[in-house]
Amino acid sequence: MLINQFLLLGALLFCMGVYGVLTRKNAVMVLLSIELILNSVNINLLAFDAMNGGSDGNVFALYIIAVAAAEVGVGLAMVLLIYRNRKSISLDDLSEMKG
Amino acid sequence: MFAEEAAGEAAHAAAGWFLEHAWLIPVIPAVAFFLIIFFGKKMPKGGSEIGILSMVASLVIAAGTAYQWIDWSHHSEEPIIKSITWWQSGGLKFGIGQHIDGLAVMALLLVSFISTLVQIYSTEYVRGDRRYTHFFASLTLFSAGMLSMVLAPNMVQFILGWEIMGLCSFMLIGHWWEEEANSKAALKAFFTVRTGDMGLLVGTAMLLAIFGTLDIGGEGGINSLVANGEFDSKNMLMWAAIALFIACIGKSGQFPLHTWLPDAMAGPTPVSSLLHSSTMVVAGVFLVARLYPVFHTGLDINIAGQHFNFVAVIGGITILIAAALAFVQNDIKKVLAYSTVSQLGYMMMGLGVGAWMPAVFHIFTHAFFKCCLFLCAGSIAHTGSHHSFDMKTDMGGLRKKMPITFWTWIVSTLALCGVPFFSGFFSKDEIIDSAKHNHYTVFGIIGLIGAFMTAAYMTRATYLTFFGKARGGAAHFVDGHEDHSHDAAADEVHHDIDGLDTHLHPVHAAHDDHGHGDIQHGKPLPFAPSDSPWQITVPLIILGVLAIFSGYLNAAPFKWHYFEHWLESSMGLPFGEEPGMIPEPPTFSWVAAAPSIILVALGITLSWLISKKVFGEEKNGLQGLTQRNALLGAGHKFLVNKYYLDALYEGVIVKAIAHPIANAAYWVNQHVLDGIVNAVGIGGRRTGEWVYRNVDQRVVDGAVNGSGATARGAGGVLQPVQSGKVSMYGALLFGAAAVGALVLVLVNS
Amino acid sequence: MVLASDIQVAQNIGFGIIAVMMILAGVGVIASRNVVHAALSLVVVMAGAAAQYVLLKAEFVAVTQVLVYIGAVMVLFLFGVMLTRAQLGKDADLNNKNAAIAAPVALLLFGVLAYVLIDGFADEKISATTGAGATPQDTAVISDLIFKPYLLPFWALSFVLLAAVIGAIVLARKD
Repeated sequence: MLINQFLLLGALLFCMGVYGVLTRKNAVMVLLSIELILNSVNINLLAFDAMNGGSDGNVFALYIIAVAAAEVGVGLAMVLLIYRNRKSISLDDLSEMKG
Repeated sequence: MFAEEAAGEAAHAAAGWFLEHAWLIPVIPAVAFFLIIFFGKKMPKGGSEIGILSMVASLVIAAGTAYQWIDWSHHSEEPIIKSITWWQSGGLKFGIGQHIDGLAVMALLLVSFISTLVQIYSTEYVRGDRRYTHFFASLTLFSAGMLSMVLAPNMVQFILGWEIMGLCSFMLIGHWWEEEANSKAALKAFFTVRTGDMGLLVGTAMLLAIFGTLDIGGEGGINSLVANGEFDSKNMLMWAAIALFIACIGKSGQFPLHTWLPDAMAGPTPVSSLLHSSTMVVAGVFLVARLYPVFHTGLDINIAGQHFNFVAVIGGITILIAAALAFVQNDIKKVLAYSTVSQLGYMMMGLGVGAWMPAVFHIFTHAFFKCCLFLCAGSIAHTGSHHSFDMKTDMGGLRKKMPITFWTWIVSTLALCGVPFFSGFFSKDEIIDSAKHNHYTVFGIIGLIGAFMTAAYMTRATYLTFFGKARGGAAHFVDGHEDHSHDAAADEVHHDIDGLDTHLHPVHAAHDDHGHGDIQHGKPLPFAPSDSPWQITVPLIILGVLAIFSGYLNAAPFKWHYFEHWLESSMGLPFGEEPGMIPEPPTFSWVAAAPSIILVALGITLSWLISKKVFGEEKNGLQGLTQRNALLGAGHKFLVNKYYLDALYEGVIVKAIAHPIANAAYWVNQHVLDGIVNAVGIGGRRTGEWVYRNVDQRVVDGAVNGSGATARGAGGVLQPVQSGKVSMYGALLFGAAAVGALVLVLVNS
Repeated sequence: MVLASDIQVAQNIGFGIIAVMMILAGVGVIASRNVVHAALSLVVVMAGAAAQYVLLKAEFVAVTQVLVYIGAVMVLFLFGVMLTRAQLGKDADLNNKNAAIAAPVALLLFGVLAYVLIDGFADEKISATTGAGATPQDTAVISDLIFKPYLLPFWALSFVLLAAVIGAIVLARKD
């Protein structure tokens, strides 16, 4: 198997995730797309591991999974908070940063 | 000896087709689930036909398996184990397959049979529901989960089936999630059971650590290792058994995790029936029966020279507590729910006191009559009481109009109470008898008291439902005229009924909106002239017949022990008097059975008389007693509030654990972090002021003034970019990164 | 020289099928108009990723992926969907009007990445001894790595998780 199979798959998923993050309005959907990005990174790490015959990438893939879990927890808590305050989780309504 | 073994070998080679292919039983509904999900909506009957067909197919195979097992059990005690490895990691193999023995065959037959009937029943009960297809998909997957659990050859597959059931029960209990109470009940069931499920994972991991295998039965399986005493530390085994038992407590609704079961009544009635008779709640009992050596040896507690089993303690407590709660319920389904909890207590107690066979037999008989009772309750609500389950406001006097429902209810109630010659008698009495025989005298007495209470609360429920004066919804149904005590919607209902005599349904569209406690959405209100349609009554009749006759498979009074013979190889422990063995079962005598029969008779009579006084028509001193007498009132309140366990879980535990953490975090946030932020802020302001005075004012100003005009122009161009929209900023970020990377690539190549 | 054992037909076919499935499901995640469908598509992507990990002989990560992602994170997402009362059917108002910007950005990004990868790793293979076809990876090696050279990141991660738990409670509680 070529390593590029896996790397290209990862790159494609990454770009899909980016597209999703940019086009989605619903905050939960944005978080879903971010998961897509994180997964693509994991595929890369493990592919490099398999190429080099090490196990370090495995360790970091595990760390990424843990970080992702934390991120989803906090992210969804924030979404809930926003929902409670505004009765909407549309990111377009959050434009306090308007300059 | 050798000849016998050789015969066994030969027989093994010739195990019938059904025994070899029993793994198909859960596979068929699992496949059907996907078919329903993907194609169900396009089918003429919304996918229900696939569900029913798959359950019938499973039932046929299960019946074939049972038939061949009966044959098999005459000459062999070996289970038929087949397994393929689907995963291995670090020398550990995970298999999936089948482990067919008497216990598994019994459960397979039971589950596929009850599931088939419940699905047929559901075609009428949830007709026209907005999530009809999803309902059948979940039901089918639920059965698949239970079926794959009961024939699990190892703990991993067991957990798989167990968790599938947990998920499906969440979906089914919350089927009508538009109402907040229902979705709350679903969440409560899910979380309570999950609390216990942690125990299953921990316990399984500990079993793996102790025995180095996850296989349940067969040579070198967990059961035989425990039975032969091949483990290092009894303490470890005890902790593993405790962890597993916590899972059983959660799943089977034993004290103190029983609080989710009555709330689970929020689901459609067929779901309650399936959950409470043969599947979900039985799973915990099944686990104890399946890994019986582990529990029997591991939870054997020795205090002051007195051996007793912890399983029996929990079972005994549950019997009494749940039976007491059943007295104060007004919702007919909740009475049945607490009754289930109490009957599960009997099973647990039976397993605890060493009466494996009667306990498993009680699973078998209980499934039929409890399923029948729930379906009766559904039939009443569907046809007789205006979709309400409240016995006090919407039922009464229904026996004439709904004869089939009435008679099947009566038969099942008698079976549940343990009246002689109905099925419940043969199993329940055997449990009580064994408890006494095995020196668990206290538990024998608890069993007797439980039998008395069961008889009493079921009589109360029967009286409220079928006798006396028709009230509320039932009054419309029975008399066809308006009831005076009814709610504001009564007038509208009245009009509808006037319309009904000439023509049926269309006027009922507005009906579902007005408020009865448990009104169920999405269904037309039939107002059938008499009993429910055939899809409902046929399952009732079948179950009613079985509620009488299923007990005769193991009728001790007549020395009929077929059931025992088919199942005894699953027990995993030999008979004997030594520790770690099961005491021989007692021989039946009418003298020993007499106390329980007398108590049941007494319970029925007393409860009948009191019910007539309290709920009957003529006024008397017993009515409203709980309001007048402080002590009784307090007891009543204590029971109505379910011993305040929910308050304990939600108020005390959540407050004591979750809130201090949150408060501490808040405090840190307010004091520490704010302090740092403030300090940084003050420092920053000082720096800023200095920079402002010395750099900005004197040096930069001049330069800026010159470029001001330019900046204003650029700002005007860039202002749309500062839209405040996060996604826009993100697009710019990623775009810039891509362009930057492109530049780097181009420069470097 | 290309050895027959280096081609690994079965693994390549498996990779292809799973990859196509993942990409289709990925499109579902970013394009579906139904929140629940998008979440379920993500489950497929994650399950596919777990399968790819198995092909890469990272069984332990694959199992963790299934347990943590599919088991826990997805349940969290579904709760998030429910608690925010997202519309459960089709939702026309799910996307903003940035597709015109997002699509070029994503395409540009993919173009750059693909060019770099093809340029950099042209025909490098995952060797048969370490890659697919070798013995399963020993989980003990990973645990040795975590608790010896990578202990510090592990601690840091523990703090991150703790902070996340507390933070989530503080944010989501009602007071």
